[in-house]
Amino acid sequence: MKIITCVKRVPATTTRVVIDASTKSLDPTGVEFLLNPYDEFAVEQALQVAAAHEGSTVTAISLGNAAAQKELRTVLAMGADDAVLLTNDLALDADVTTTARILAEAIRGREFDLLFFGKQAVDNDAHGVGPAVATMLGVPCLTEVVKFELDGDKVICEREVEGGREILESPLPCAITCQKGLNEPRYANLKGIMKAKKKPLEITEVDLGAPALEVIDLLPPADRPAGRIIGEGAAAVAELVDALRNEAKVL
Amino acid sequence: MSNILVLLETRDGSLRPASLEALGAARKTVDELGGGTVTALSYEAFDADAALLGAAGADNVLIAGAAQHSAEGAAATCTRVAKELGSVAVLLAASVRGKDLTARIAAGLETGCVPDCTAITVADGRMVFTRPIYAGKGMLNARVSGAVAVASLRGNFFAAASRDAAAEIGETSAEASKSVVREVAAKSGGRPDVAEANIVVAGGRGMGDADNWAMLEAIADQLPGAAIGASRAVVDSGIRSHSEQVGQTGKTVAPELYIAAGISGAIQHLAGMNNSKCIVAINKDADAPIFTAATYGIVGDINEVLPVLAEELSKLQN
Repeated sequence: MKIITCVKRVPATTTRVVIDASTKSLDPTGVEFLLNPYDEFAVEQALQVAAAHEGSTVTAISLGNAAAQKELRTVLAMGADDAVLLTNDLALDADVTTTARILAEAIRGREFDLLFFGKQAVDNDAHGVGPAVATMLGVPCLTEVVKFELDGDKVICEREVEGGREILESPLPCAITCQKGLNEPRYANLKGIMKAKKKPLEITEVDLGAPALEVIDLLPPADRPAGRIIGEGAAAVAELVDALRNEAKVL
Repeated sequence: MSNILVLLETRDGSLRPASLEALGAARKTVDELGGGTVTALSYEAFDADAALLGAAGADNVLIAGAAQHSAEGAAATCTRVAKELGSVAVLLAASVRGKDLTARIAAGLETGCVPDCTAITVADGRMVFTRPIYAGKGMLNARVSGAVAVASLRGNFFAAASRDAAAEIGETSAEASKSVVREVAAKSGGRPDVAEANIVVAGGRGMGDADNWAMLEAIADQLPGAAIGASRAVVDSGIRSHSEQVGQTGKTVAPELYIAAGISGAIQHLAGMNNSKCIVAINKDADAPIFTAATYGIVGDINEVLPVLAEELSKLQN
């Protein structure tokens, strides 16, 4: 099997977001960046499928700035065979359509049976790069997958939707976006980290082209109106219920 | 005259309520753009209620009549219809299916998309979309560069219109798909999904053992339409299912009432729920960050407070 997994370098979810008004983006000063948590599920699934099919290869591709080599080395240390960094200084802020277009261009011309993505990157929260790349490449995409099964030349997956579960089926080749619950991503061990240093990581400069989205500004969220502590312990409950009913009017 | 196309979402032949919100947003936006039409499109066959869809904002409805949902087929059909109509925008609900479709439709139309919007305004005759990024730690205002914008809309942020007009019902063809939805199983348990519920009763690490969650279930039982939510710590320890997780790596919710019991309020959790209209925090630690987001707080032991809360709520129900 030829497997490709697309990953992104993102700020840690613990980041306190400080906005740089000049770039209309996150001020990266002091921010810890790491592999997008949902991409860990994608890499793990790619490695599991590869392990079950002798002769398989796993290639990781990322659109990122030069520093994103670190996240690709992590993926190589987890077990991927090779990696491609499509690099541009402004890559991390690229919109969904632009990101997908560049990834699709890089994948086009490569052989693949399966493409694995995280269901969303935790910076832009768009949920869109996987399905957009698949659409551009003309292959099906199953999103937010929590169960994955390969049955001959077709894939059977499960995903949770509002109030229910769907079972999805697609022929190969196809794209999968991975949701938490799909698997337990492995940690890169020391041996993996040593091996990763010798694995091929190709770096190609890319032009982002015209953006599909024009950012006007990025603002901090509005502050919530100050609340109040009603009291302590069970004795405060009656007053709470009264406030919910007569003040907030939510009961 | 502008046209806005709304891709409807149905399940088992019934319309999802979030689609009515999208119709209302489309109506309001078309009016602010100087007038035009709102077209609703359903990929799957369903028995469309002309009065309901008209009242919510649609002038006409196109039904492609596919036997089952398919993201590929629905996106391709929506792309084709948007081209045929020359629509200036395609709007849909930011549900699991909607999030799946948004970027595909934008890719098909070779334009930009704005997923999970919380507001649409019109300035200088152009649509401006507001969406949270970094799990709500930043609000992005953006315009789509292409001739048509594709946006999915977060639940509970837009309202259906209430017009006295019926929509005209028509048909269109459905595009084929290689992938299919083989089966849809309704979730057992009877409570609504945490992302859609008007009331969320959520617990965190401070709830302690799995058995203690019966106290939260008892409260939810007294609040019609309430869902159970959970913090990441609880989900990671296996006490509750991931489908209930609220926060940056779970679901983002904005109910009328969010009750947080034994939740300390990590930044990732706050990001997932701080758009709730009213937040109640119950925690024994008076310094817990959850109190900074709370509308009302009670400092106390959940084992003492929660049973009394369930009892007081049951008095209201009776």
